[in-house]
Amino acid sequence: MSMREIVYPFSEAAVRELRAGEAVRVTGLIFTGRDRLHKHLAEGGAAPVALRDGAIYHCGPVVVPEGAGWRVVSAGPTTSVREEPYMAKIIGEHGVRVIIGKGGMGAATREACARCGCVYLQAAGGAAALLARRVRRVAGVCLLEEFGATDALWQLEVEDLETVVGIDAQGRDLFGEVQAASGEALQRLLK
Amino acid sequence: MNWSEILAELIRKTTSDLPADVEDALRAAAANEQPLSQAALFLAALAENAALARARSVPMCQDTGTLNFFWRVPRGADTAALEQATRAATELATREGWLRRNTIDALTGVSIDSNVAEGCPVCHFEQRSEVGGQRSDAVEVWLLQKGGGSENMSRQFSLPDDAMRAGRDLEGVRKCLLRAVWEAQGYGCAPGILGVCVGSDRAGGFAAAKRQLLRPLDDVASEPALADLERRVLDEANQLGIGPMGMGGKTTLLGVKIAARPRLPASYFVTVAYMCWACRRRGARVVGDKVEWLG
Repeated sequence: MSMREIVYPFSEAAVRELRAGEAVRVTGLIFTGRDRLHKHLAEGGAAPVALRDGAIYHCGPVVVPEGAGWRVVSAGPTTSVREEPYMAKIIGEHGVRVIIGKGGMGAATREACARCGCVYLQAAGGAAALLARRVRRVAGVCLLEEFGATDALWQLEVEDLETVVGIDAQGRDLFGEVQAASGEALQRLLK
Repeated sequence: MNWSEILAELIRKTTSDLPADVEDALRAAAANEQPLSQAALFLAALAENAALARARSVPMCQDTGTLNFFWRVPRGADTAALEQATRAATELATREGWLRRNTIDALTGVSIDSNVAEGCPVCHFEQRSEVGGQRSDAVEVWLLQKGGGSENMSRQFSLPDDAMRAGRDLEGVRKCLLRAVWEAQGYGCAPGILGVCVGSDRAGGFAAAKRQLLRPLDDVASEPALADLERRVLDEANQLGIGPMGMGGKTTLLGVKIAARPRLPASYFVTVAYMCWACRRRGARVVGDKVEWLG
């Protein structure tokens, strides 16, 4: 399997080169966002940081205070499909280039990725200790009071975060393909 | 160690130390997948993650889940004191970063940062005159940590189900279980483990299904018909091609554990507790001041 690397800020050209199934390492600043942030943004709330050419990581990390700052203890992806009702709108309005999560997303996100030049990257679900090791620094946190520590927007500087392209900007969706093929296998087994 | 300290240590072990049978199953599955495939890559990463979390005493998954404590205590034990100790231990474990701030007020959406509230953590008590078949003053407690992604994929079916052509028999149960695995895809962090209850009422079905997740992967149902079904569903689910994280592969389930409970004549529930690969279960057996760690 070929290995690609992308670095923040993520350019549309770099993102459009990625193909479903390729392994990609992500380096630079990424922003965590979960249910509260997606609802907030989709309802027209202000983005607390510029998301253009950025990455949203579907993740609610375990963080502990350390000195004047924070240390990330555990930071794996959360299930992305919960954000499906909001994702396409956020990609379109905020110019997000990269979504990192787990489990895949739906048709609206797939179409937004192709239209706007965005990719969905799958991180290893549950591999939170491993992925936390790729976090070099917590650069900041937004909406901590409003959303709580788990749903806050954490600005994480990562290095070589390992992912696989699940949905590319060409309209290919590996999860959709697996769902369809496994659906046919299910029908054979249920006969 | 007092009870709060014992339980905090139990939380630390459970959250950071994946049971050996599950880790072995992940490594075996990685070797069984196509070399250098996404499936092999993810499974190897999960096994590496397990080793790292253990070495560093950090949560293997950031969703440290609902805490279910299953107690077996002698007759007349002070369960109120033990429940209080689980709450103190949960607060301590949260401060240590062994648990995420993982509890949300359902009405206001505000984080309950201590992780302690009404019904949180969950304690199930069983009083027995004999624990473990020997000394009656032993207290045994098992902790199961189950994350939200997998809990969202749990299902309850009511048979007969016309759409699935599933009747009120084990063949109907088989269809429900395969359907549940297909619906879960990669959303519940496959490869998963199914805890299943056939029968009971709706609430009892989920309780018994979740309790099956305490069984080791090599444990087989004592009832031969259920043992056959466990084997068959495991084999067939792994033919679906869903694979680790839902990106394709041979490894979709690591285990199937089924129990049967009496039901009402009118009801036939099939309840599926879907567990992610991070099947966090550890126990402790305490006699006097001696602690034996289990699992």
